[in-house]
Amino acid sequence: MAERPAATPEPLKRTPLYDLHVAAGARMVPFAGYEMPVQYPMGVLKEHLWTREKAGLFDVAHMGLCFLQGPDHDTTARALESLVPADIVNLKPAQQRYTQLLAEDGGILDDLMVTRSPGPVEDGNLVLVVNAACKDADYAHIRTRLPDTVKLFVTDRRALLALQGPAAAAVLARHIPGIDQLAFMSGTFASLLGQTVFVTRSGYTGEDGFEIAVPDTDAPAIWQNLASEPEVAPIGLGARDSLRLEAGLCLYGHDIDTSTSPIEANLQWSIQKRRRAEGGFPGAARIQRELADGPARKRVGIRPEGRAPAREGTEILSADGEPIGNITSGGFGPSVNGPVAMGYVSAEHATPGTRLQLVVRGKPMPAEVATLPFVSHRYFRGARS
Amino acid sequence: MPITKYTKEHEWISVDGDVATIGITAHAAEQLGDVVFVEVPEVGRAVTAGEACAVVESVKAASDVYAPISGEVIEANAELAGRPAAVNEGPEGGGWFFKLRLSNAGELSALMDRAAYDQFVKDNA
Repeated sequence: MAERPAATPEPLKRTPLYDLHVAAGARMVPFAGYEMPVQYPMGVLKEHLWTREKAGLFDVAHMGLCFLQGPDHDTTARALESLVPADIVNLKPAQQRYTQLLAEDGGILDDLMVTRSPGPVEDGNLVLVVNAACKDADYAHIRTRLPDTVKLFVTDRRALLALQGPAAAAVLARHIPGIDQLAFMSGTFASLLGQTVFVTRSGYTGEDGFEIAVPDTDAPAIWQNLASEPEVAPIGLGARDSLRLEAGLCLYGHDIDTSTSPIEANLQWSIQKRRRAEGGFPGAARIQRELADGPARKRVGIRPEGRAPAREGTEILSADGEPIGNITSGGFGPSVNGPVAMGYVSAEHATPGTRLQLVVRGKPMPAEVATLPFVSHRYFRGARS
Repeated sequence: MPITKYTKEHEWISVDGDVATIGITAHAAEQLGDVVFVEVPEVGRAVTAGEACAVVESVKAASDVYAPISGEVIEANAELAGRPAAVNEGPEGGGWFFKLRLSNAGELSALMDRAAYDQFVKDNA
């Protein structure tokens, strides 16, 4: 008898920026099937603080970029609305929204950004950015549920970069004049180093900033060009995680997954009034019930007392010592200069200020429910919409 | 003259008479990145070789620090609670974790000397 040969793990993929990361001295780690920079020689702590003070450049080319194409906006939007709870039909040209792909029971299959094409020529197109680890499953899920008139195209010849931080607008405006006036949560086509790129004013750090979809062959030159700006440093996945945690933003597979609904996850702000009333998305009955009656558990911010971080998986107890949930993201917040966490607790313990205990290395540690975000969002609110 | 030995878990142990000072190696500190939290053992605690008895956390992750040999904790580095960055600044000096009074000096022979540790790091890079 011989053992069956073990399945060979899929080789890790690389983004077009891999060689630049290695040359910059980044530590590369496997993430969502890609070899990605977790940190550069600056280190996670300083990279985090740099992004909050100046501007950080992130390789997010592992994320899934695709678009839906239909005969007109209404048709494409309605097709997507059958899968997500956000109001897509009433998106204005160029407007962007955060939403979730939902399972039939209202659990979250993935979270994503949706942007309506800015111009009349491509009207009927919606640009989607989904998580790297979910992208193949998402594409299959969406494709099998689209009407014949709407098609999904994977944009695998484009690489996504993010430029985030208070100096991001001034830096990018040196390369794309006027881009600093782009409204928050909207997109535009622009020319960068002679290439057509798609820029949105959005990101996942809580700071002002942009995500830029560039042709993959031009990604290294564009990266180097932006990275050479004095305010800009390349930032790895380590700081990306601590930045989004301080900003109170969910990480798929940790803070949200198929076992959590958008209402439990405290994402009801992403479900607009019309959709709440009309339903017509997977899990609508559950979500409408949770909106009306309140969910049994909720995602909350948690501030451990003292200095010890409480990591993902940490058990949460009530002040009386009764188990009420688990930490889903937790670590050290460099801008907060202390431990921060998010997790799910039963609804009666979800009010900010509620005393909790966290079981860290077998010992109960005092903590408190905190208002999210831990660090105020500094999105661009000026200028035209 | 103290002798210094190293473990596969990247601790160093410097032994002077029956007192050993323990910390993490420069290589370990570099791999961890910025240290944001350290928990050291209580004075008086008896530990056995291989037992997790301190914790070091970076922004990203928590790691255990093991007792390289058996003994009783006689001192812990009080500075680390308030200034965990001291571990990065001097991992093999001011960033020491705790001191033990050895109960079985014979256990030292199982540990690596500097040359063997450097080779071990190289082989596992």
